Amino acid sequence: MATVGRALLILGLVVSVYGIAASLYGARTGRRVWVDSGRRSMYAIAGLMSTAFVILEVAFLSSDFSYNIVASASSTTTPTFYKAAAVWSTQQGSLLLWVFLLSLWSSLALFLTRRRVREIVPYATAILLGFCSFFTLLTILFANPFSTTSNPPAEGAGLDPLLRHTTMMIHPPMVYTGYTMLTIPFAFALGALITGRLNAEWIQVTRRFALAAWLCLGIGVLLGARWSYTELGWGGYWAWDPVENAALMPWLLSTAFLHSIMIQEKRGMLKVWNVSLILATGTMAIIGTFLVRSGILSSIHAFVSDPTLNISFVVLIAVMVISSVGLVTHRRVELRSESQLDSLLSREAVFLLQNLVLVALTAVIFWLTFFPLISEAITGTEQSIGPTAFRPFVVPLALVLVLLSGIGPIIAWRRVTVANLRRSFAFPVAAALVTLILLLGLVSGVGAHVFALIMFCLGAFVLAAVAQEFWRGVRARRAMTHEAAPVALASLVRRNRRRYGGYTVHAGLAVLLIGVAGSSSFQHSRYATMKPGQSANIDGYNIRYVRPTATASAQKISFGAILAVTKGGHRVTTLHTTYGLYPSQDASLGVVGRFFNSGSVESRIGLHAGLTRDIWTVVNVGNVTPLQSDIARGDRLFGSAMAAVEKAPAAEQQGRLNQLFILRDQLIGELTQRFISHPWPVQFLLIVSPIVTWLWLGGIIVALGGLIALWPIPVLARRRVRSAAYAARLARELA
Amino acid sequence: MEFVLVMVAAAAVVLIVSAPFRRAEADHGDAGSGRSTTQVAELEAAREAKYREIRDADLDHRTGKLSDEDFRAVDGTLRAEAISILQALDQARES
Repeated sequence: MATVGRALLILGLVVSVYGIAASLYGARTGRRVWVDSGRRSMYAIAGLMSTAFVILEVAFLSSDFSYNIVASASSTTTPTFYKAAAVWSTQQGSLLLWVFLLSLWSSLALFLTRRRVREIVPYATAILLGFCSFFTLLTILFANPFSTTSNPPAEGAGLDPLLRHTTMMIHPPMVYTGYTMLTIPFAFALGALITGRLNAEWIQVTRRFALAAWLCLGIGVLLGARWSYTELGWGGYWAWDPVENAALMPWLLSTAFLHSIMIQEKRGMLKVWNVSLILATGTMAIIGTFLVRSGILSSIHAFVSDPTLNISFVVLIAVMVISSVGLVTHRRVELRSESQLDSLLSREAVFLLQNLVLVALTAVIFWLTFFPLISEAITGTEQSIGPTAFRPFVVPLALVLVLLSGIGPIIAWRRVTVANLRRSFAFPVAAALVTLILLLGLVSGVGAHVFALIMFCLGAFVLAAVAQEFWRGVRARRAMTHEAAPVALASLVRRNRRRYGGYTVHAGLAVLLIGVAGSSSFQHSRYATMKPGQSANIDGYNIRYVRPTATASAQKISFGAILAVTKGGHRVTTLHTTYGLYPSQDASLGVVGRFFNSGSVESRIGLHAGLTRDIWTVVNVGNVTPLQSDIARGDRLFGSAMAAVEKAPAAEQQGRLNQLFILRDQLIGELTQRFISHPWPVQFLLIVSPIVTWLWLGGIIVALGGLIALWPIPVLARRRVRSAAYAARLARELA
Repeated sequence: MEFVLVMVAAAAVVLIVSAPFRRAEADHGDAGSGRSTTQVAELEAAREAKYREIRDADLDHRTGKLSDEDFRAVDGTLRAEAISILQALDQARES
């Protein structure tokens, strides 16, 4: 089936090129039949790429090692769940996933807009097909997932142990869904610039995709952080790593875009800003893909790199930037605002300020992320940048952002009076002040962490502001309909999904950032080397190494430790952490040594998570020195035995080999059990971190808010607005 | 077998992409009606946005964010803008 897969990619490229030509010809001549054919090209590509992706998935699930990428990233012993996810652990599968998702979302967007923005659609179609052509061409020329070998190995190398994590099944497709969906508003924005149809219509038809992209990218970023926290064994969730930043930057810009388009929709303002913002966001999504795929910047999240892709991506990014800047400059007259700010005390003004902060934040992250490359280009030496370089800029900007996310919901559009402002701000400000007093009075040492303290108070301000808005909305609804409070709340949210979904997002963001401030400022961590029975203290907790654990199989050796956590003599929890060693395929490491010295390791953390604090630990059993002499002896013995088997008659070889493998597995089992019978000291990383759970809860609330805002407005409500209420009032005033 | 599958895929692609050409009525090449449709679509989008703005102002007023005086001024302006859009929409539809 690999031949079919390869043929489908070539067919996809041909159809993309045809679709571009058909769409542009249709746009130039006004012949809709060509435009429709171009649009249908995208549907055809979606079908072709879906089939190609299914072929590849089947190859992984059936461990067909004639496919080079299956042999390099999977094995017969890889669990089925991870076999399916292993597709996108490879460069080739990852690029195919990109073009598959792009064709899928683009088809959906083009189907939904088939009777709208008719002048823009052909150009948007051509641009989306251009992206499809680019990525399909990459898969054909540089990273073909269907390349095969005529001499397949009996066993594959297996999936990188670090990627054997539940979130890896969802994280990459989520981030890629975000990236690919961001190309849709990008394409429509370019289409609007080409045709000069620069009112709010292109925004209305693509807003939902921008929001969905924002939501998926946000979930993807959060899952990546969760993976980092539970898998990488350093105890953190964010390291300002280039790949993390690559996903965060388009998310920040799309956040700005989703706010500023409301101003264009309502006031006809910020047209240049909005179009520039979404063009920058789309470009940033491609830069994000480039960073992950090229390996141009070293990252703990980049598992594959291919410098041959660099030039192709640089050319694509250059084309995107030049065409964006050129078209915005060309249309600068049509992009003038239709009105001006009525007042600096208005929601528009707050949104504008929030946009500036978000763009400044993105600019800072962009500069610091690419600083190693820039420094190398100028000085010839790559200057590395650590997380500490980000904090002085990011923390103050994040504080301003949280403040604005609290002010936004309680301030009206267009104008506000001072009396109204005072009334709206009273409760949130009081909540912030009460939080400040309580924290200073009850939590010792909190005053030393000024930024965290400010973040807690601002978080309280935002939560109070959002709660007040819900309360006022419910009260107003109840005054009109006399519904019970829960019913009124449900009706209020249902009828104003964008508004209350947005408020929920703000509340979630406040909770999330409170979690970040608390966990990063008040974390206690230490390393402790212990033998069973020994203990270490951290932040008032006593952590005792109770006993070691060990298991061995042909797939994995696992050393572990059971730890008892107490505080003030009372039991808090029991933790189990393990250190897994995966066998190497490198025969030079020895028959036994390849199981213990492969360097292919994974850590499973012991975690006690709670609303107030997480107790986190990981064991490092990388040092197997006490076993090395026996491992070396085993290698010598089995090496000689294997050589003897090779000299035996062919008919007997397999039987003897099987006997040897049984003996080898017994030896590995016995050596592994030595960790229990003769335990040696091992190193633990112990961390007590407050309110980390708030981060994950905040993320869930943000996602919930995003879903509320994304959910389609009921047809009934729209019809009522169209036909009855406002039309009737307007008709009366006309008369 | 593989050759047959590729041919089937290619045939399916040709069928999908060429469907508009097989439906003669799908070819609406009248540029004039295209412009009119575009204008109506633009005005309908503007009307939806204005209605949403009126609803938002109404909710802001009911939740106490806009004073009665400010609400009257804002609402009046918005309704006047909505009426202009409706008038333009009627004219576009008639033309």
